[in-house]
This record gives sequence, structure tokens and C-alpha cells, in this order.
Amino acid sequence: MGYDAKNPMKDRITDIGPRDYKEFLPPVIKKNFGKWLYHEILEPGVLLHVSESGEKVFTVRVGGARLMSVTHIREICDIADKHCDGYVRWTTRNNIEFMVDSEAKLKPLMEDLEKRKFAGGSLKFPRGGTGAGLTNIVHTQGWLHCHTAAIDASGVVKAVMDELYEDFGKMRLPAHVRISLACCLNMCGAVHCSDIAILGVHRKPPMVDHDNLANMCEIPLAVASCPTGAIKTTTVDGKKSVEVNNDKCMYCGNCFTMCPAMPLADAEGSGVAILVGGKLSNRITAPMFSKVVVPFLPNEPPRWPQTVEAVKKILNAYAKDAKKYERLGDWAARISWERFFEKTDLPFTEHLIDDYRFAYTTWRTSTQFKF
Amino acid sequence: MVKRKTPMLDELEKGKWPSFVSDIKQEAESRNETDVDLQTPKEVCDDLLDLLELSFKDREGHWKHGGIAGVFGYGGGVIGRYCDRPEEFPAVKDFHTLRVNQPSSYFYRTEFLRKICELWERRGSGLTNMHGSTGDIILLGTTTPQIEEIFWELTHNLKQDLGGSGSNLRTPNCCIGKSRCEFACYDTQEACRNLTMEFQDELHRPSFGYKFKMKFDGCPNGCVASIARSDMSVIGTWKDDIRIDQEAVQAYVAGEFKPDGGGFAGRDWGPFDIVKEVIDLCPTHCMAWNGKKLGINNRECNRCMHCINTMPRALRIGKETGASILFGAKAPILEGAQLSTLTIPFMRMEEPFNEIKELVGKIWDWWSEEGRSRERLGELMQRKGFAKFLDVCGVKADPRMIKEPRSNPYIFWKEADIPGGWERDIKDFRKRHQK
Repeated sequence: MGYDAKNPMKDRITDIGPRDYKEFLPPVIKKNFGKWLYHEILEPGVLLHVSESGEKVFTVRVGGARLMSVTHIREICDIADKHCDGYVRWTTRNNIEFMVDSEAKLKPLMEDLEKRKFAGGSLKFPRGGTGAGLTNIVHTQGWLHCHTAAIDASGVVKAVMDELYEDFGKMRLPAHVRISLACCLNMCGAVHCSDIAILGVHRKPPMVDHDNLANMCEIPLAVASCPTGAIKTTTVDGKKSVEVNNDKCMYCGNCFTMCPAMPLADAEGSGVAILVGGKLSNRITAPMFSKVVVPFLPNEPPRWPQTVEAVKKILNAYAKDAKKYERLGDWAARISWERFFEKTDLPFTEHLIDDYRFAYTTWRTSTQFKF
Repeated sequence: MVKRKTPMLDELEKGKWPSFVSDIKQEAESRNETDVDLQTPKEVCDDLLDLLELSFKDREGHWKHGGIAGVFGYGGGVIGRYCDRPEEFPAVKDFHTLRVNQPSSYFYRTEFLRKICELWERRGSGLTNMHGSTGDIILLGTTTPQIEEIFWELTHNLKQDLGGSGSNLRTPNCCIGKSRCEFACYDTQEACRNLTMEFQDELHRPSFGYKFKMKFDGCPNGCVASIARSDMSVIGTWKDDIRIDQEAVQAYVAGEFKPDGGGFAGRDWGPFDIVKEVIDLCPTHCMAWNGKKLGINNRECNRCMHCINTMPRALRIGKETGASILFGAKAPILEGAQLSTLTIPFMRMEEPFNEIKELVGKIWDWWSEEGRSRERLGELMQRKGFAKFLDVCGVKADPRMIKEPRSNPYIFWKEADIPGGWERDIKDFRKRHQK
């Protein structure tokens, strides 16, 4: 029994969707579904939820690399089998949550998780990611698996999280801080509403592979893909191709997405931009976009020191200066952006002034500035 | 045999945060030692590390653009991926990804996960993402002949389908919802599953001009980020009053309960001050504290969640719950990033979710008809105007949908709404007005 390549449609099953989550809910969760009264964070990475029924569920949240081997997942299963009756879950931000239904089971679970390390010495299951602190970085594939990446993803995340590790396990910031990374402007990680966003960008217009373009691309689609109208058709050595008006190009890479014969990433041109001050929650203030505060930093594998340093500067200035409950973007808005650049010691350059579609909405149209 | 030399990647084994490099290495070792009849190259993890090391050295990626890979009858769920230096890294020559539709809120039984591991060790690289940005379990890297085999085993043995990719409905996602959150205003997990099942065809067989994402947040805290990254954001809310337990409020004031469930414990912020930390921070100033009793003018509340987040043992969401529905969020490509726009202030969210399904149908019809290639819904809404979008949805305009009224007077009137219409006689005009 199994797939028969000679008869591919035989016994084919389609459109069955995902497994029903109800099969996978731990009994204490299933029993108290919709009946939860309140929660407490007992210590960083440890949650208590109390139900109307009086029943409790204790959750231990640990960070994880989003990239995970089956060996590692099996280890997670072993832990879940030993302590959690064979149930486990992940969070939206790539954390792992182990749940137990009594306080007595909590300590052995925590001790078990703490002692596990990778051969290289890093922790397998660092506890934290709760409350007014830093949680795991959501990110994209990077050089490990993506063809449009301007930067690596897993490597940068590891470098940043190593440096900010203390804040993952301590709830000492003025509010939640969400860091996200997307390795190109396509943003399959949607980082545009994060407290701190690390974004892969290009700075060079695409190269055009005239010899192959007509065979590799639909030329009208390549032309239409450009948001600034910088691409037009041309003929080079008798071959149909396109030419790019470099002055109009904003290096978004949309043409490359449509046409593989227009690559634009390279070692010097591509690197990191940093955006800050976005949020998704409606708490106190409305959700807002992150704003570009560092236009470019070079790719510096393996540990991206300038990127790590910039993120640290931003986080430290915020931690020192913001009021309780104030998200990074609310802090920047309150103190003013001129003070933001002072306090973070980041240089302000013309690259940070918007000149795209709705640029004018971000220019100062008042005399209310600070000297 | 271990051939890899990865001095740069080895640097990423240091430090406390879990090292993906160490994890890939342990998988590489496991593949070397296993007696499983591996159907994919044994050296796949080694070659992947070597290739990544080359990328670190070159500061450029080494994957080819796209490539067709898939299963019969589906247009999504598999991402073709080929290495651009196949001779040097033969084990990752083809390294395709499968997106596996996650169960709502990522709860698992280990029995299921172990079966996934068994399948993926044998027929893939043994490497995954738990999970991808959209929500799927990502099975990272397999060869072309394995794809149908994997799909067969997934559907037959694991009763589990693929997720979406390409110009189709992407795998819907939701927050933890009522499973373990007291703020959930509707059952996000069931809504997510129900709509996923309803729209299986749209999920597996790309028929749209571009991607369409839907996400289900249980409350305005927005843990699944629907407002920023989904074409349809369904965000839980309530219409009636916040439930207050005045005794518990007193306990917060007395310092017996910690604000935000103890989420600020890592720093000494001084004693809790309900006026400074709750009353004065309320964005609509609809709260009052007289030293004994907390008052909320619920009619003026905009349900930002701050007071409830701060004092979860004292305040609870209302009882008349449902969801606000917003449309059009997306990342910057192409016309700039957009957040979703409030379109339906309140909808009940109960099985079988017919109202929202009908709404989705209307919007897809319009988007398919009017949308250009690679135009997200949010961009179409901007191009055609929000009034037109409301018309499509069959919803009346409401001041709740805007931040402020327009500041320009360029109103597109409908001819039918203007007495006499637009057709006029210039000769008649000239009778009254000389040239």
C-alpha cells in the first residue's frame, strides 16, 4: 500500500483540510474551553490560567528556533509525553508551550527543560517570552531556503537573540517588545507593524540577463510589475528584452519575483534596514506601522554586529526612557522623533524622509518641533 | 561521511539562544547513523550547511528562482526550490518545500507529531519550520519524486492536508482563542477550521489574481496579527458592558493582585496606581475611580483592552460578543503597506458562520472581476474607493469606518442621486447665457 506512480489518481484523497484541533486539546483545556476566568504570569515564561470551574492550567513557554529538526521535535515529544500526557503546542511567535494541570507537575517540567542543551552549548528550551519583555523573533527563510532574500534570517535572529537573551527571560521593559525579521520586501513575515523590524533591502537596480530573458519571462508581466514604471521593452542583439531606468528604480524586487532574469541581490548592494515603532494591538493606541530609522547596514555574517548594535541602542534607549505601558512607537511619538534620534544615537539622513506615494503625510506641517 | 567545513556557521553555535546550526548538525548526525531506509539523500543536512556557509561567505543566496513542483490536482501547497550550484551540493539539488495546514492554534498530540517526524525523516530533509509565517507546518526540502509519496502518506496515514501557496486562499490562521484565553470574544479556532473546510477548493486550486489571507483574532489585542497581514481580519469584540468585580479592583489597588497578571515583575515600577495606570491611560477617558468604586461609561468605551489587560481578575469582556471585520491589510509590495479597514463593526460569529461566508463570496466575486493581476484586495479597495467596496459588501456607510471625514471635496456623486441627472442641453443654456 502506498502511492502508485503508474496510477496516480487511484484512491486519491484530497480536500480533507487540517486535522481537527479538538483531537489535540489537552483534557484540562477541553474541559474548560471558553470558561477561563483570568491568568497570571507566575514568573517569566510561566503562565497560570484559572477556570470558572476552579481548575487550573500551568503553561511553560520556551523559545525555539523556527527552524527545527525532527530530532528536536522528537525530543519535544519526549518531554510532552513525560510531563504533559502527550500534548504540546506552539505559539504564533515560534515559542513552544508545555502545559500541565497541576502545580506539582510544574517544577519537574521546568527543571527538565532547563538542563537540555545542544551539543554546541546553546539552550534548547530557554524559558521566557511573557509580559513586558521580549518574546521570540518571528522571521522568514533567508539564505537557508529563499531565492529573493537580501539577508539571512535564522543567522541574524540567532545573533540578535543571543545579545538580547536577558530580556527574553526578564519582564523588565516598559511594555511588550515585538521584534520581527523579513529577509526581503515581500515580507512573508509581515514585519511592518513591529516594535523593531529588521528588514532585508536591496540598493542596486536589477541586472538584466538579456541573453535569457525572453525565454525565462513573460515580458509584459515584467514591465507591468514595476510600481514606478521604470521597466520598458527593448531589443538587445536581436533578442527581445527589457531595460530598466535606474533613476526610477526603488529596488523593491517585484520585477525579479515576476522575472527570474532580473536578479538584484548582491554582497554590496543588499543588507539590513531597521524600522521601529509599529504595533498590532489596539491597546491604548491604535495599531500602527513601523518607521525606517536605519536605512542600511551591510550584511555581516556570521553575527551581523552593526545590526545587533543598532537594535540594542534602540531597545536600551526605550527601556531607559519610556513610561510603563508605553510601546516603543508611543514612546517615540511622545518624545518626538528628533529626540528619538538623539536618545538612540542613530544618525538621521535624508534616506529616512519618505518620497513614495503618501510621502507628504509624514512631513512636518507645523512649527511644533523641538530644538 | 562528514565533509562539511563551516567556520562561520560554527560561530552561531555559541551563545544561549537555541542554535539552528547545532540543530541541523544533530539532524545530519542522525541521518548518518540511522537505519531508516532514507528515500532522500543522506547528506542533505550536510550539503545544506555547506551551501549556507557559502552564502555567508558570498553574502548572497544560492537558490534558483522558483521552479515548478506540486501534486496532481492542486496548484498550491508545494514550493519548488532548486540550488543554483547543484554540482557542488548534489544532496540539495532539488529541495522543495511542503506547506502542511496546521490544526487551529498549533495544539498537537505527540503521536501525530511523531508520525510527521517519521514521514519527514524518511522522505524529506528532516528539517521543518514550526511554523511558517502564515501558520503552516513547513516541511523544508525534499526531492521531486517524493512529493506525491508524501502527499499520499499525509492524506492516508495522517488524515492531514496541505496548505495554500500561490494565488489562492492561503492557509487561514487564528489565535489561541477560547482554548486558553479569557479574552476570546468568539471561538477563533472553530471559525478558522470551519472556513478552512468551506473553502478547500479556493485553498488548493489557485483561481485568484493574487493571494488572499484570512486570520482570526479573538480580541482587540490581536495576537495573530490579523489587522496587519490579512486581507480579511476577523477580530473579536463585544457590544455590551465590561463586567466589573469591584472587590477584585480593590485587591489591585491594595497591591494584592499584580497588574497585567504580573507581567511587569522584572522591574520595580512602584506601587500600582489605578488612576495613573488605568483611568488616565484610558484612550476615551470613559473611566472613573472615586477611591472605592470603579466606574466605566461603556457607551464611550472603544474596547482597547488596556483596563482588562491590566486588571484581568477584575474586568472581563462583555457578554454580547462577536467580531469586527476589517479588510485589506498587506505588506508593502506594491503600493505600500496597509492595515485592514473596519468594514463590519459587529457580526455574530456562530456556527455555521453563514453570514461571513456569504460576505467572503461577494468580495471574491468583485475582486476576481475587477482586480488586476497581483493586486491585493486592499489595493483594489483603494483604487475603486471604499464607497464602492461597501456597495459590494451590501453595507451602509457608517462613521465607525473612518478616522475622519475626507478633507477634499472631490465627491464622486452617482448620477441617479442628482435631480435631473447629468444630461443637459447646451442650447438651452445659451438661451440664458451668451458666449
